Amino acid sequence: MRYNERELLCLARQPAEKAAEILMRVPKKGSGLKRRLVKLVVNFLFYFRTDEAEPIGALLLEHCRITKEEENVFSISFIEEPERKYCFECDSEEQCQEWIEALKRASYEFMRRSLIFYRNEIQKMTGKDPLEQYGISEEARFQLATRKQ
Amino acid sequence: MKLNERSLAFYATCDSPADSAGFLYKRGERHGAYHRRWFVLKGNMLFYFEERESREPVGVIVLEGCTVELCDSRGEFAFAIRFGGAKSRTYVLAAESHAAMEAWVKALSRASFDYLRLVVRELEQQLARVQWSSNVERRVLEREPEQVPERELERAPEQDPERALERRAPRENGCAVWNMAPGTDPLPRGAAPHRASGCEAEAGPRPPPVPPRCRASGGEPAGNTTEPSAFSRLHERYGSEVARLRQQWLERQQGQQP
Repeated sequence: MRYNERELLCLARQPAEKAAEILMRVPKKGSGLKRRLVKLVVNFLFYFRTDEAEPIGALLLEHCRITKEEENVFSISFIEEPERKYCFECDSEEQCQEWIEALKRASYEFMRRSLIFYRNEIQKMTGKDPLEQYGISEEARFQLATRKQ
Repeated sequence: MKLNERSLAFYATCDSPADSAGFLYKRGERHGAYHRRWFVLKGNMLFYFEERESREPVGVIVLEGCTVELCDSRGEFAFAIRFGGAKSRTYVLAAESHAAMEAWVKALSRASFDYLRLVVRELEQQLARVQWSSNVERRVLEREPEQVPERELERAPEQDPERALERRAPRENGCAVWNMAPGTDPLPRGAAPHRASGCEAEAGPRPPPVPPRCRASGGEPAGNTTEPSAFSRLHERYGSEVARLRQQWLERQQGQQP
């Protein structure tokens, strides 16, 4: 699949929502835990070798499942292949929980649901649609009707 | 750089609703010829397929850090997705009608995660302000105004330090403090409080300028950046000043009655 790699690399250099050096294992036969710089930027998780400026790879965090595995460990898998897991071993349980929380909120779909929730609440309390001032109240993507997920 | 392409392809083709979908012509990188492709926008990802029925996208354009502009000089309904930075690619697309072009430009220019996050944060703060004002209002209406502790007027949701000052200014307390004497107007009109006796018969002493309002219904809070405790004290001071002047005026009026 073609993609705009240059722009994605540029995105990887932006300030991250969260970044840390974590042990990571990719779901490839025979691969072990390797220390990686892991960086969350918008709905992408980039991972770098600790001494390189360019990421080895990127994971788009949509339709994924974040699972707590054993102590200090969480995994990311995607709904079409739930057994194929990217594993991350943190330095502490606290760090592990922080990452799980951050990654669960990282998807575009999660953001969209939050927007719909706030829009609805504000409308209930004030009788006004807060999206009108942005000129986006008619956009299909922000409608209150439940979206099939 | 590796990308989780299989998951991307799944995201593109699964039955989660697309934000936009339709045929567009995409100008080729090298030859400048347009190819008709089926485009699907989901979130901040613009996928394109060879055919509408294709099982896998040919490619995807990640829509972060880009601008969308019209380039419809020859009536081709063309527009461009332009990225910043040196040597970056510009994608030129063309729609099949003017309406389609407008709809795509609108959808694409607001497709970024960054934009969505901005709107969500704004709404989050708006909701907090609305909830907080309605709380204060409810508490004030339930009690005598003098009993509302300063503490309550000061407390506010503390989310963003820069916005905190803006948010902590409480809503103006309606008529509760002004209306000290029964049967008088809630908001007395007239001359300024420090002016001496030049009062007209129908006007009472004028209160000091009304503190800026904090609009509850989704608007901006006023640019009142005074400290809340100072505001409450000021409020009380004005209130007692008005009461004193009103009393003086009433006495003067009574003195003038035959």
